Amino acid sequence: MTEALLRVKDLCVGFGAHAVISDLSFELFDGETLGLVGESGSGKSTLARAILRLLRSAQGSVEWRGKDLLTCSAAELRAQRRDLQIVFQDPLSSLNPRMTVGDAIAEPLRIFEPGLSAHARALRVGAMLERVGLAAAMGARYPHEFSGGQCQRIGIARAMILNPKLLICDEPVSSLDMSIQGQIVNLLLDLQRDAGTSMLFISHNLAVVRHLSHRVLVMFSGKLVEIATPDALFAAPRHPYTKALLAAVPKIEIEAKGAAAPLRVEEPPAAGRPGGCAYRDRCPYAWPVCASTVPPLAEAATGHWVACHRSHETLIPLSFPT
Amino acid sequence: MIPTLRIDDLSVSFPRHGAAIAAVQDVSLEIAPSECVGIIGESGSGKTQVFMAAMGLLSKNAAASGSICFEGGELMRADAAALNRVRGSKLTMIFQDPMTSLAPHLAIGTQLAEVLVCHSGLSWRDAWNSAGRMLGRVRVPDPERRLHQYPHELSGGMRQRVMIGMSLLCEPTLVIADEPTSALDVTVQAQLIELLRAMRHEFGMALALISHDLGVVAGLADRILVMYAGRIVESARAAEIFSHARHPYTAEMLKCVPTLSGPRLARLPTLAGQPPQPGEISEGCAFAPRCPRVAARCRSERPLLTAAGAASVACHFPLPA
Repeated sequence: MTEALLRVKDLCVGFGAHAVISDLSFELFDGETLGLVGESGSGKSTLARAILRLLRSAQGSVEWRGKDLLTCSAAELRAQRRDLQIVFQDPLSSLNPRMTVGDAIAEPLRIFEPGLSAHARALRVGAMLERVGLAAAMGARYPHEFSGGQCQRIGIARAMILNPKLLICDEPVSSLDMSIQGQIVNLLLDLQRDAGTSMLFISHNLAVVRHLSHRVLVMFSGKLVEIATPDALFAAPRHPYTKALLAAVPKIEIEAKGAAAPLRVEEPPAAGRPGGCAYRDRCPYAWPVCASTVPPLAEAATGHWVACHRSHETLIPLSFPT
Repeated sequence: MIPTLRIDDLSVSFPRHGAAIAAVQDVSLEIAPSECVGIIGESGSGKTQVFMAAMGLLSKNAAASGSICFEGGELMRADAAALNRVRGSKLTMIFQDPMTSLAPHLAIGTQLAEVLVCHSGLSWRDAWNSAGRMLGRVRVPDPERRLHQYPHELSGGMRQRVMIGMSLLCEPTLVIADEPTSALDVTVQAQLIELLRAMRHEFGMALALISHDLGVVAGLADRILVMYAGRIVESARAAEIFSHARHPYTAEMLKCVPTLSGPRLARLPTLAGQPPQPGEISEGCAFAPRCPRVAARCRSERPLLTAAGAASVACHFPLPA
């Protein structure tokens, strides 16, 4: 896990004058699972789409095994895409309702392994269906005949059939029930272990991200605010936004009731507001410098990077001045 | 004391291919004045349908039987006019998606004021002013300006505040909140849980909180009902259920919740198998195929919800208290 498989550098994505992602840089290593958390509108899904060049407006570079995906030719991009697959949040709407699920799973094979005979393809599809916990015979059915959890298994089968090097999961379990979420996460972990796939796992469920990630990246308003191992991030978060995020997770332990940090009722700031830290309007620690200078990403401890002017003063976890 | 809501032997079914598919079976429950009851269960467990029946909002093809009394008055066989006297004023509901439950072409103020004009007979001018005050009470910043805005101009969290405000306009005695925070970010969710807690304190209404998220319910509910396959399988005080779940389903569900502290796990704990398909009929306990404590009796004889100490549990072999 020492070689960077994906190197995102100074990535900027804007829609019109509106910056959705600004100056985002990170690396994803071979075999690594990188968790990506942040609230809606923070640019998580946009980042996923930018990496796969599903957006036109991305600037900067997305270096994938030495090639820049943002500037390479269409033919090169297409060749790389067999190694870059994505699983979407809504499993039903990402499957064609008029195509049997077997055909949907076979489609990547038709495109990237055209020499395969129909029989060999059917065998691969059947084996993949069984690998994701469904019966091979279910390939003849249509998406509406499956439950949400089963549809997500089908989406995973379609993404994994080419043995990609990188699997991007965009909120893959968010629309599923608690008892099904665990099953799907475990399936992803098994497939990843067997195939050696790296994973970018986007979720707003912090607890899920904590258990399956090697490192966690926190985004706020299109910027990377903190990146660390889950042990470091969850035990000692350094960015005030990460702290607020962790404090906001509802706890099951009753005695924890009322202990959550008071969150200010404010609209999220317009992304890309010029100058300063994007979080300053909500930040209980904001100083004048926060309004004038964009905090740089700095290494606070080994492997623990944070973009906050005051992170060194706010080490006490989860406590807010009142 | 008359309970605010009392449901007896409620069953709801839907026709499919000539057969009746049961969604809710023999559900009985009570919600006392000012009490907050959490209803948890997976999708398809019937938790929403119970309260849709109470609101008279079941789809047209649904067949319902049993009794639903709101403040002593029977709602089950009430006509639309009688239902409309309580619905939206004394008995209100907040839905999961605040975008689809607000009319997109009407200003926020119009939608709020309309409730007061219809139910309290206020003039439009008075109703508009009251609507503005209500937005202030649900902590919407700059309420006067918001009254003139349309739903698409508000964030999801603000829209849900508007919905909560709308549900409280006529000082209801019971608010039903169906997954009120499930579509929202965790930080916004925390703010709304806080708001609901404050509103309970200010308005003193009873609250039925439907959610699949145990954490959301844990923060608010006095008492919790757990539903599985259309039936209530456990009912207990909130503190009790999280520390000493009696029904194996509740206990297994709690184990499935990934934690924010403690050791990190290589695999997430899961509940094996799937909930029964709607219409799948079993003689015994619906949870038996997935239950770690299953015995022969569970497959042949359905356990009834019976008192076990301070709680009620529908299990032949409940976990020790």
